[in-house]
Amino acid sequence: MMAGGEVVLEARGISKAFPGVKALDRVNLTLRAGRLTALLGENGAGKSTLMNVMAGVQTPDEGELILQGHPVRFTRPRDAIDHGIAMIHQELSLVPDMTVAENIFLGCEPLHLDMLIDYRELNHRARQWLELLDLDVSPTAVARRLRVGQQQLVEIARALAGDVRMLIMDEPTSAITEHETEVLFQRIGDLKRQGVSIVYITHRLEELEHIADDIAVMRDGCMIGTAKLGELTQDEMVRMMAGREVKSSIRSSSAKRDEALRVENVSLKHPTRPSDYLVNDVSFQVRKGEVLGLFGLMGAGRTELLECIFGLHSGVSTGEVFVDRHPVTIKSPRDAVASGLALVPEDRKHDGLVLSMTVEENASLASLDRAQRFGLLSRRAEREHVQPFIERFRVKSPSLRQLIINLSGGNQQKVILAKWLATDPIVLMLDEPTRGIDVQSKSEIYSLINELTGEGLAVVLVSSELPEVMAVSDRILVLCEGRPAAEFDRDDATDEQILHAAFPGSTATPC
Amino acid sequence: MLKLDRTHLARFQSLIALTVLLVGMSLLSDSFLTLENGLNILRQISVNLCLSIGMTLIILTAGIDLSVGAILALSGAVAAGLLKNGLRLELLGMELQFTVLGSIAAGLLVGAGAGFFNGVTITRFKLPPFVATLGMFSIARGLTMLWTGGFPVTGLGQSFGAIGTGVFLGIPVPVWITASLVGIFVLLTRRTRFGRHIYAVGGNERAALLTGLRVDRIKVAVYTLGGMLAGVAGLIVTARLDSAQPNAGLGYELDSIAAVVIGGTSLSGGRGSVMGTVIGCLIIGVLNNGLFLLNVSPFWQQVVKGFVILAAVAIDRMSAQER
Repeated sequence: MMAGGEVVLEARGISKAFPGVKALDRVNLTLRAGRLTALLGENGAGKSTLMNVMAGVQTPDEGELILQGHPVRFTRPRDAIDHGIAMIHQELSLVPDMTVAENIFLGCEPLHLDMLIDYRELNHRARQWLELLDLDVSPTAVARRLRVGQQQLVEIARALAGDVRMLIMDEPTSAITEHETEVLFQRIGDLKRQGVSIVYITHRLEELEHIADDIAVMRDGCMIGTAKLGELTQDEMVRMMAGREVKSSIRSSSAKRDEALRVENVSLKHPTRPSDYLVNDVSFQVRKGEVLGLFGLMGAGRTELLECIFGLHSGVSTGEVFVDRHPVTIKSPRDAVASGLALVPEDRKHDGLVLSMTVEENASLASLDRAQRFGLLSRRAEREHVQPFIERFRVKSPSLRQLIINLSGGNQQKVILAKWLATDPIVLMLDEPTRGIDVQSKSEIYSLINELTGEGLAVVLVSSELPEVMAVSDRILVLCEGRPAAEFDRDDATDEQILHAAFPGSTATPC
Repeated sequence: MLKLDRTHLARFQSLIALTVLLVGMSLLSDSFLTLENGLNILRQISVNLCLSIGMTLIILTAGIDLSVGAILALSGAVAAGLLKNGLRLELLGMELQFTVLGSIAAGLLVGAGAGFFNGVTITRFKLPPFVATLGMFSIARGLTMLWTGGFPVTGLGQSFGAIGTGVFLGIPVPVWITASLVGIFVLLTRRTRFGRHIYAVGGNERAALLTGLRVDRIKVAVYTLGGMLAGVAGLIVTARLDSAQPNAGLGYELDSIAAVVIGGTSLSGGRGSVMGTVIGCLIIGVLNNGLFLLNVSPFWQQVVKGFVILAAVAIDRMSAQER
């Protein structure tokens, strides 16, 4: 068990379900004063959900939080803040048009006569925090003008400026420089000495020895294990994160035919850091009937790579795309669709579905020209066009007229697949196709991929779940910080090799 | 079961409200339920309905158009001015005379052009629709004043006047015009790819883009249609008064937004229908007409209309939370 300072916060049996997925399954975690617990796990393991529960962003379905011996119930972030729990979110949450100082003290501004904001005091105090973080920006600078890394540090200053007992940091170093990281680690050391309890989510295992005291590993919504730093080797941590229950290959390879898609030298610059690339000179090819798995951690550029190919960064991205050996110019998703590409996006609700429409309307949206009779849409033609796909994919819906929002995540995803298959594509690109959907639908989607490649469809599968990549792909391309780090044939690859290639600066396979 | 009932209630809320209103008014006033009064209401709502059809398309894409009233005035003034005075091209030393049809075409073209401009500023320059059309509101009002010098253009002749005052088969011409427009746009929204695309863009613009729809083109088309329909409304208003008033259509954009919202179209886009808007216009029309017949002060009519709008949106919000 973890030793050290007194227990600050204890999570007991926390469960949280979202439609179609159990994000947390009776998770326990004990956090002690003056210690930093590194929370590890693959994407989708439930780390962020657990932290959101602790910070009052989400309320758990079951279980309780015990804060210094007393059960507490947070229904909104304010409740957690009032109890001294601060969270630094992965996505930035500064008010862009306020100054740095205003952001740091948002909600707890120093006042004159209890009424007017005391700007001199505000800026003075902000300057002290900025110096402590060695951040060279003026307190009166507008937040919007800062680099992403600087914004991240301002956010950290904001968390520190409050009277914190417990601090939650979700990948705080993902956007900041080495020097900024060093300074941050010093401040983390100070906080620990002051008795603050810290939870730290990261993918960078090499950071752990500098700051961590305890390690907690999650997988599939469960707490797999906790240990003190030093009790686990990096390899053991990786193995705990990856787990192994899924049967390793359900794939019968059908790839040997002609090239379906080739991309050459695709690059995309970082929008705000001109020297950095989100996608850095990536080339690959996929043959008909083949599944290429693209694996990488968060921020490795997987989604951005697909977006470049699909024409979403037209004018900014560079590189060439060949479909069926012919060069194609793709300036918009429309061009991509016309060239025979299809993209099932990562964020189903935000990017994939029109939630106000029915199952049928969503399924036909990409191929409405085939749902017409005498130049007008016909309900019958539409039904005849999409029904075979809906049935083939075993979408469970009371009727085609059902609003798509009423379907489970897995069935929604199948409707999106049906939509694209109805366009008769050459290459199907899937971005995290099974994120947040139930196990049953998952395996159905895997066998569909198998079936479709058997018919000659080429598939590019992006996934941050290694078991999925291993189970479905013929070849695996690992991306690391925008660059291709390694490529494996599925039969030659091991989990460890792939994960090592994916972790930046990890020891075995430098990338 | 309760859930089902509530969503059904939401879908038919406007129809139910209209029925209640019709029954109530018939009981309260003897002169309400007559053929003459019915046609009267239809004629009165025809202008607002023209505007509201276009507004429905725009709001379905999650946009808004504050310039339709101003475009109405500009189109009417241009058509009237061309018909009456022709167009003097100083550079060419020419003077063009316009027939009735020619001036009608010019009025519609001006409306469509203003709407097209709206669409371009919204898609190319990424202005929020609220701001873009607020700009057009002022531009069109200003142009109307420049064109007319601030004076009404009157004496347009009988054949032009027929658009507003004529009667065909016992039914006023404006009613014929709007009824055919309703037919066309119901078909357009329900049975064409373009119509489906409008719903998709409003329902989830990013998903529509990723599905390969030409989102920008769809939006430009929708605002252009909105402007053209404002042109139609401008012709009807001008013809009915036999006069293009520089201040015609003041505040009409708000009435048409009200009709669309009361008709159950969601301001956040993607949900709603042209038929709903027809009902929304009828509710406003019947309400105004009935309260007038009951000798209620027009000031109270406004207050009542305000509450009806609030109630309609509140019900819409509640049913949205249900989902």
